[in-house]
Amino acid sequence: MISLASPVRTPFHAIPAGPKLGLLCAFTIVVFSVDGAALGAGLALLVLALYAAGGVGFIRVGLRRLLVLWPFIAVIAVWHAATGELPRGLALCAKLAAAVGLANLVTMTTRLDDMVSVFCRLARPLRRLGLDDRSLGLAIALVIRFVPVLVAKGFEIAEAWRSRSTRRPGWRIVAPLAVAAVDDAEHVAEAIRARGGVEGRRGSR
Amino acid sequence: MERDLALVALFAALIAALGLVPQIALASGVPITAQSLGVMLAGTVLGSKRGGLAVLLFVVLVAMGLPLLSGGRGGLGLFVSPSAGFLVGFPLAAYAAGLVTERWRTASVGVAASAGAALGGIAVLYIPGVAGMSLAAGFTVPEAAVLSAVYLPGDLIKAVLAGLLTASLAKARPASVLSRQPLNG
Repeated sequence: MISLASPVRTPFHAIPAGPKLGLLCAFTIVVFSVDGAALGAGLALLVLALYAAGGVGFIRVGLRRLLVLWPFIAVIAVWHAATGELPRGLALCAKLAAAVGLANLVTMTTRLDDMVSVFCRLARPLRRLGLDDRSLGLAIALVIRFVPVLVAKGFEIAEAWRSRSTRRPGWRIVAPLAVAAVDDAEHVAEAIRARGGVEGRRGSR
Repeated sequence: MERDLALVALFAALIAALGLVPQIALASGVPITAQSLGVMLAGTVLGSKRGGLAVLLFVVLVAMGLPLLSGGRGGLGLFVSPSAGFLVGFPLAAYAAGLVTERWRTASVGVAASAGAALGGIAVLYIPGVAGMSLAAGFTVPEAAVLSAVYLPGDLIKAVLAGLLTASLAKARPASVLSRQPLNG
C-alpha cells in the first residue's frame, strides 16, 4: 500500500519526525489563536512558500490534497456571507487552509517508518496500562498487510454478487467480508502463536 | 493475547476496506460510506475495550499518513480540519457501542448491537464531532449541530445494519463475537 509521503525530496525530509510534529503542534496553536483576515492570509502564504521548496509538482500535489476542504470552505464562506460577517469567514478559511496545509506538508515529508517509531515512542508510557508499544508495532504491520487483502476480497465478493444478481451489491457483502476478516484473524493468531507468540518475540529481542 | 491482537488489527483493516471498496457505498451520495458502519461493527463485535482499540489503531494509522479513510484520504491535515472531531470520536463511539452490546444481555444480539451502534455512532460520536466543527470552522455549537444533522439518516440506517450484521456474524462465527461471550462467574 502506498503511504501519502511524497517521493519528491525536500529540505523538510531531513528534519527528524519528532521535532517536526512538535513544530506542527506549535504552528497549529498559533494559527487558531490569531485573529484577522490579513494574519490568516499571511499564515496561508507562509505555508505555500514552504511548499515551494519542493518545486512546482510538489505544490500541485499539496494543493490537490487541500481540495478535500472545498465543501467546508464553501459552507463557511456562504454561511458568513449570509450572516454579514464575510471578512471573518474568509479569515477562517485562510487559517483552515494554513493549518491543514502544514499538517499535510508534515505527512508528505515524513517517511512512514519514522512516523511509526514516533508513535510507538509516544505509546511507551502506556505500557503501565497494559498497552505494549511492541505489540503496537506488530499490530500496525498486520493492518498494513491486511488492508489490501481485505480490499481485494471485497472486490471478489462484489463480483460474485454481480454474477448472481441484477441488483447492485450493497451492504449485504459486508457480512461475508467481516467473516473473512474474522477467519483471517484466527489464522494469523495461530501463526503468531506457532512462532512463539507475542511474548516469545519479546524474549528474543 | 495473540488472538486479541489479531482481531484488533484485522478489524482496523476491515474498517479501512469498508471505506475503500466502492461497491459497498450505501448510497451514491458522498456522506454515506460504509466506513462508520465498520467503526460500529468493531464495537458491537469485539466489545468495548478491544473494539475501541481496533478503531484507535485505525485512526492512528490515518494520522501516520496512510490513505485509509474513505476516498483514500489520510494524513495529519484531517486532524485540524472541521471533520476532525468525528475522527477523534470514532474510538469512543466503538467503545460505547461495545459496552451496550456486552451489558444488555436480556436483549438479543441484534437488538443490543443496534442500540449500541446508535448510541455510540450517533449520541457519543456527534459530541466531539460537533465540538470539532465549531472549533475549526468557527460555527456556534447549534449551527454545527444543524450542519451535522445531514449525517443523521445515514447513521440511523447504519446502526440498524450494524445490528443485523453482528447477529449474522454471531451465527456464522459465534466464538469470534467477543462482545457476547458467556460471562464466567
